[in-house]
Amino acid sequence: MSIINREGRQIIIQDMCLRDGMHAKREQISVEEMRTIASAIDSAGVPMLQVGHGAGLGGNSLQHGFALHSNEEYWDAVSEVIDKTVMSTLLIPGLGTMDELRTAYKHGVRSVHVATHCTEADTSPQHIACARKLNMDVSGFLMMAHLNSPEGLAEQGKLMESYGAQTIYITDSAGHMLPSDVIERVKKLRQVLGDDTEIGFHGHNNMGMSIANSIAAVEAGATRIDGSVGGLGAGAGNTPVEAFVAVCERMGMGTGCDLFKLMDMAEDIIFPMMEHIVRVDRSSLVMGYAGVYSTFLLHANRIGNKYGIPPRDILVELGRNKMIGGQEDMIEDTALTMIKERSLEVAV
Amino acid sequence: MAKIKCALIGSGNIGTDLIYKIQRSEFLDPVWMVGIDRESEGLKRAAEMGLKTTAEGIDGLLPHIENDGVQIAFDATSAYVHAENSRKLNELGVLVIDLTPAAIGPLCVPPINLKEHAGNTMNVNMISCAGQATIPIVSAVASIQSVDYAEIIASLASKSIGPGTRANLDEFTYTTSNAICKVGGARRGKALAIINPADPPMIMRNTIYCLTDDEPDQRKITESILSMVGEVQKYVPGYKLVNGPVFDGRKVAVFMEVAGLGDYLPTYAGNLDIMTASACRTAEMIAQEMIAGRVELKAEVVA
Repeated sequence: MSIINREGRQIIIQDMCLRDGMHAKREQISVEEMRTIASAIDSAGVPMLQVGHGAGLGGNSLQHGFALHSNEEYWDAVSEVIDKTVMSTLLIPGLGTMDELRTAYKHGVRSVHVATHCTEADTSPQHIACARKLNMDVSGFLMMAHLNSPEGLAEQGKLMESYGAQTIYITDSAGHMLPSDVIERVKKLRQVLGDDTEIGFHGHNNMGMSIANSIAAVEAGATRIDGSVGGLGAGAGNTPVEAFVAVCERMGMGTGCDLFKLMDMAEDIIFPMMEHIVRVDRSSLVMGYAGVYSTFLLHANRIGNKYGIPPRDILVELGRNKMIGGQEDMIEDTALTMIKERSLEVAV
Repeated sequence: MAKIKCALIGSGNIGTDLIYKIQRSEFLDPVWMVGIDRESEGLKRAAEMGLKTTAEGIDGLLPHIENDGVQIAFDATSAYVHAENSRKLNELGVLVIDLTPAAIGPLCVPPINLKEHAGNTMNVNMISCAGQATIPIVSAVASIQSVDYAEIIASLASKSIGPGTRANLDEFTYTTSNAICKVGGARRGKALAIINPADPPMIMRNTIYCLTDDEPDQRKITESILSMVGEVQKYVPGYKLVNGPVFDGRKVAVFMEVAGLGDYLPTYAGNLDIMTASACRTAEMIAQEMIAGRVELKAEVVA
């Protein structure tokens, strides 16, 4: 893929601060902050940077929150300050559309994660084909990957490859996977995908496993790793890029990133802008443990406070009801139903 | 009483479920099922249920329209072929109920605007399953006070979504968003679809958010929503208010569930039912007008 500079890089890191990180900031990152972060990412040699609403194209909604600015404004701001870094975005079919993808291209986006739930790859053919037609670098992004078997996930990845995806991502949206889960899935994918198709891993740190999982992925054959500097992302955050790069250096694997610049960036830019400390805490840990979509965290905290129900109880109930990414409306619905059930119990 | 003879185009989930709905109708009689794959489950089932079938697509049906007296056709194929199907059928004087997102005819949600369309058009569009499940609620709010923005989220069981819908999610999004405004009465509209693979499959859920221009009149809006739910229940018995309306500033949130009748797919596939039941109700209303002699379909001269 000509658009990504692979020199000295065995692993292509894609930073998520300005997309997944938007979840952790309730979509309230300013254009100024975007410029500062994008410029630091470029200068630290991170080859790819994802930018946009946390839910990607079409994300501005009552369901997912309204960002401070439009995606177009964010892309324009970031485009101005990046030189070598490639800008990407996220498209979840059913939410984002091909019209929005074409708009993204016009605003400098050159790579896209086309994301579906890990069993629903066949909702993505239009969008993957459209992205390829735009000559973008296209990844098929299989979310909540722990909910499909290694064999099942490999089939889904093969489908996305057949639509034109050049990389297939195993996406641990709930931060639920263990290194052995990751290794099995990477290996199965490797068996069915063509030699030119890359494998990626996108982790969440809800159980503190994001770096170990990312390293396991690389050792099993993945070449693309998503992370975010300072771990700014949904739930307990994404794989912290600075720590991941340090581990890679110790293992002798080239990432092409400047470790000290990344450390400084985490300390001086990302940590000060966090509204809450993005870390393994009670709520994020229970999501990882119960296998709940990481983005539900802040919504569950808000709804829990509104109705006086512990967020952990809501999250566990959502996990039990097998809710998946995009069903944020079911958080309030679930809380309301829990209240009804509890008041009935009290009445009895 | 003479029934109006109908043809079903498309032998997927929707077309097959329609057979059951139409066979129960007092006013409609399903006589033809059109597919493109002789081995398809839908065509086989249609034949077992006594319909004539063809695997030659729309052109396999056209020579039989006159002899078999087909007057209404339901098109459950795809947005891409609908316009051509509709043109061919209209030329022979057959009224078309469009269950694809093509939306070339007026958009119809039975309890809101069916009466306007009965007898006035040769093509009626049913929007989408999510549209049928949510737009009545948007309209119920908009009938009380002006709605600046309405957003709907439809959660559908993976097993209830056929390959056609999966490959064309954008059309679903555009058509439904547009109908939230045109039929629902909101100034701006947005539709989101989530496909959930949980096993056992989850019943179709729909959340409707409306942002009113002024502070919502809670009592009037609640009454209006409850009355609308009753209207929809007349043809979709499993249409149910689960939670809400919840009022939060200018935001009105309503949480619905649609259980199906379990005709072709099990009851979780409320999305299938509300689509086919709405189409069936629309056709029945037009059929009643035809039987009463108030409407006569004429072959359209299409330039």
